[in-house]
Amino acid sequence: MRHLRTASAALIGGGTGTVFALLAAIFIAVAFINPGFFEWPSLMAFLKQAAPLVILAAGQYFVIVSGNFDLSVGALVGAQVVIAAKLIDGEESRTLPVLGVMLLFGLGVGLVNGLITTALKVQSFITTLGMMLVLYGAIRLWTGGAPTGSLSEAFRGPGRRGIEGVPLIGEIPWAVLIMLGAGAAAIWLMRTRFGRILVATGDNDLAAELSGARTGTVRTVAFVFSGLSATVAGLLIGGYAGVSAQVGEGMEFTVITAVVLGGVVLGGGRGSVVAAMAGALTLEALFTLFNQMFLPASIRPSVQGAIIIAAVAYAAWRRTRRPVAATATVNADPS
Amino acid sequence: MSPRRLDTTALIYLALAGVVAVGGAAVAMDGGNLFSTANLVDMFTRTSLTGFLAIGMTLVILCRSLDLSVGYTAALSSLVAATTMDGDPGRIVLGVAAALLVSGLIGAAGGAVVAFLGVNPFIATLGVGLIIKGYLDTRYKGPAGDVPALFQQFGYTRVAFLPISTIVMLALAAAGIWFLRSTRTGHHMYAVGGDIDIARMSGVRTKRVLMAAHVLCGMAAGTAGLLLAARFGTGSAESYTNLYELDAIAAVVLGGTLLLGGRGGIAGTVAGVLILAVLDTVFNVMQINPFAKDVLRGAIIIAAVAIYARRQLGRTARRPRFDAATTGAGTGRP
Amino acid sequence: MSPSPVLAMRGIDKAFLGVPVLRSVDLDIEPGEVHALVGENGAGKSTLMKILAGVHTADAGTIELHGRAVSFTHPLQAQHAGIATVFQEFNLLPELSVAENLHLGREPRRRGLIDRRAMAERTAELLADLGVDDLAPAAKAGTLSVPRRQIVEIARAMSQGADLICMDEPTAALADAEVELLYRLVERLRDKGVSVLYVSHRLREIFDLCDRITVLKDGERVATVDTPDITPDELVTAMVGRRIEAVFPEPLPGTETGEVRLRVEGGGNAHVDGIDLEVRAGEIVGLAGLQGSGRTEVAEAVFGITPFTRGTVAVDGAPKRITGPRKAIAAGLALVTEDRKAQGLALNQSVKANARMVLDANARVHSRERLARIDGVLSGLDLVSQGGDQEVQYLSGGNQQKVVVAKWLAAEPGVIVLDEPTRGIDVGAKHKLYSAIRSLAAEGLAVLLITSELIEVIGLADRIVVLHDGRIAGELPAGATEQQVMAYATGRSPA
Repeated sequence: MRHLRTASAALIGGGTGTVFALLAAIFIAVAFINPGFFEWPSLMAFLKQAAPLVILAAGQYFVIVSGNFDLSVGALVGAQVVIAAKLIDGEESRTLPVLGVMLLFGLGVGLVNGLITTALKVQSFITTLGMMLVLYGAIRLWTGGAPTGSLSEAFRGPGRRGIEGVPLIGEIPWAVLIMLGAGAAAIWLMRTRFGRILVATGDNDLAAELSGARTGTVRTVAFVFSGLSATVAGLLIGGYAGVSAQVGEGMEFTVITAVVLGGVVLGGGRGSVVAAMAGALTLEALFTLFNQMFLPASIRPSVQGAIIIAAVAYAAWRRTRRPVAATATVNADPS
Repeated sequence: MSPRRLDTTALIYLALAGVVAVGGAAVAMDGGNLFSTANLVDMFTRTSLTGFLAIGMTLVILCRSLDLSVGYTAALSSLVAATTMDGDPGRIVLGVAAALLVSGLIGAAGGAVVAFLGVNPFIATLGVGLIIKGYLDTRYKGPAGDVPALFQQFGYTRVAFLPISTIVMLALAAAGIWFLRSTRTGHHMYAVGGDIDIARMSGVRTKRVLMAAHVLCGMAAGTAGLLLAARFGTGSAESYTNLYELDAIAAVVLGGTLLLGGRGGIAGTVAGVLILAVLDTVFNVMQINPFAKDVLRGAIIIAAVAIYARRQLGRTARRPRFDAATTGAGTGRP
Repeated sequence: MSPSPVLAMRGIDKAFLGVPVLRSVDLDIEPGEVHALVGENGAGKSTLMKILAGVHTADAGTIELHGRAVSFTHPLQAQHAGIATVFQEFNLLPELSVAENLHLGREPRRRGLIDRRAMAERTAELLADLGVDDLAPAAKAGTLSVPRRQIVEIARAMSQGADLICMDEPTAALADAEVELLYRLVERLRDKGVSVLYVSHRLREIFDLCDRITVLKDGERVATVDTPDITPDELVTAMVGRRIEAVFPEPLPGTETGEVRLRVEGGGNAHVDGIDLEVRAGEIVGLAGLQGSGRTEVAEAVFGITPFTRGTVAVDGAPKRITGPRKAIAAGLALVTEDRKAQGLALNQSVKANARMVLDANARVHSRERLARIDGVLSGLDLVSQGGDQEVQYLSGGNQQKVVVAKWLAAEPGVIVLDEPTRGIDVGAKHKLYSAIRSLAAEGLAVLLITSELIEVIGLADRIVVLHDGRIAGELPAGATEQQVMAYATGRSPA
């Protein structure tokens, strides 16, 4: 109920309603072309496929709303899958320990990103670009170029399987449940003191700092969450699609597109995590629509590019048109 | 602030000399010679493609903008050139012109979205890049067009150890340095990147300057595309997968140009390109796993920017009234 | 008066949000004249200057330059017409050289290309012309000291071929020796027939430099006099003298002065020195001083933003080492900063999010009870908004300030420092803030009120500490006159 209320609040206020309208429009179009889409199995399959991007969007949201970028998530997703395959190497018993290693690795990468950005004052664009190169090279260095080993059945479970025999619905994929859990956690986090200070920091870090906020710390924690989201996404994608050298490639741009499509403003301080996740869902729905329309998959990037430009241009245009009652007083300083 | 603070460009060339010295020594200890003709050729060949892209990228970054579409622009340009030339030496000029025109227009499109629609350059140029990517993926399933042998010379001929393409790149760099220094538009790029409001208040036509930077960046990417076409002998849509744009950005920031604009220059960028090329060659000669190069590259970029971050000039200086000795330490403002 | 003034402003009116700031102001400036524009803060000096600079447009009235009517809608138009303005905040690009800054947007060209040699030569000429011989045209502006940047700004105004240069508090950031340099510059300008409009509080400079003085008070021109015809004391009297009783609320009944809550002894750092301060529970201590006297710096030192490097600070009798805002908040301090948009508010966030920012950021002051009281705090301040979810950027200046105050009150501090709390807000909102300050004192808070508006300190403070050049120049009891405060603030002893 609470999520619903948050979602509807986001719909009404904050100017992030556009993404929900867009999502609804796409769903209507899909329903028009293929009414069968809204039967449980295909809907669940859609959500299962969308889950990694939605989770990544939540992680990226934390970073973007605090005024930074995380370009390293795609490489991190790829690294996690490769690490899992190499370390598990088909042994079921290693699944849990390796999950622990992945978790530490993901958190560690986020921590390093955050510390370099906040303590060394390197722009996050550069930090995470560098991290992307480091991860890309280090993983291939470690595996000798191509991924080695294989994943265990248990590892692949969350990305592939689900709870079967649910009345009405049939199978609920684990990925969908994980997505819901991650989404709920993200929404909850944004309602805690941490979340509030994170947004305030992205909006005006000086004001936050003078109010006693540890702006560097919250920004670093945001990167850690992004690293965590890449870890979970890696688990799901690895399970769903298996191991390959290409896993995660270009995902950083897709996820930033999704978050921005949700109305979250690069530079920080604006937009909600619900809308960011809705942006990811919208992007996936759009790809589904293309499939339904039998558009070649290769045209997807073009439409994605056009939509992202249009969405941001529209938001920028609306911001400049909005009446700003307070601006007159800025100039009123009769000192 | 020390009275004789080292100029950033001097610093980066010093770093380049250091990298060459250390690299040369390492190769020598390994029993090789970094400065053999073959190795020099390899080194310089590596500079030209990134160099073209990085020179253009320097202009947009100086304006506090960005262009993430250059890799795609280069790929498209290679196709436009190769299909226009279509194996006919008589159509080389036409092919080059077409490629530069198309890439300039793409730059203009990105620039217009940034300057007139007020879209964040990251998003604007990522979007433009994706649009081109979709077009390339849909339209071209593989190599297309045919580059006449004469034009392929651009990719392969060399004078002593200097490939023609590197000479062209260095000439373009020199032209770029001259452009930034001697033309109004070029000079104003520093002002636009430094503080767009002050620039506007001083009568600088900020939108025009931004547009110029983006168009020139697009055309530089187009030149890179011509080089790709010359090397491959055909137009290659796949070449965007190499993420050239990230290499170019890396070279630019390594060369001391501030990602937030207003400071830096093409001389530094060339040094940045050279450093990356020297590292590549050293790794290659010493037969170190090529992936170690990526690791090192990422680390170097971060380290370089962290060092530059300590060398910033402040815009507002509050004057200390008492114990002036402690001024340099900063006022501790958050 | 000569027949052809450079500038003739007639009947200038300007209001912001319906609050009149200038009322039918006339101003004439003769060629080669140094004309002082004086008045208290809020008298309308800056607004008048910004109208001249093309930043604001007058609501009514005419501006004539050399007898021709002009109207500016953009700063560039004013520059092209020959009016150059040197604002307090610097408008130089730190990464460009002196020569490049001087010529930005107007670079000399030869065959279409920037002529760097001509640029350097012109720069050298300009600087020599101003009597400045130790400033390298190739030096980056960002490496220059504050007075040198100012020289560059003035030179730039000159190079624009301006025949009227407006200077807004040019000496605010200068030390005495540098003021001498500025004097020389201004005199050079006068010799060259350039007119200068000199906005300043500093009486000594005005009497040293200016030929005539125009006094503004409450947005109206009170007088324009030749400098020799007026004494400093008469000038101060002309500037001040608003009716105070009508504006300021009396202390609330039951307000008692209690224990010392904030004590600073011998506090000093790079910006201020020898600061001895004591603020008691229930007391409002005013910190007065001219622009650049170190008022804000004292607040920032107390709050740990630029901590004191010398001396001691004690809160409620316990010595504290306050090295940052978090320590200050934990010690029970609050600081309502001078610039509420840059330092106080997250503008894209809601009223509620801003009001709970301090609680959210500090575990040590966070509690459910305090969160629950925020609504009460906001309504106690008579906040006018469309509800707690409204973004603060859409509030008026006064209501924004109330949100900032509420953010601090939510943490229930023992000491609150208010730095220019009424800047840029309208009269009605000011009034409510005054009442709010009174009730803070009544609740036992120690209030340190920093303001550049003399009448505010006089109308509200129980004691007035006056700063001059980073030091305490004197202390006055409640009931002090504006002349007395002004005397200390300008570095003289009150008669």
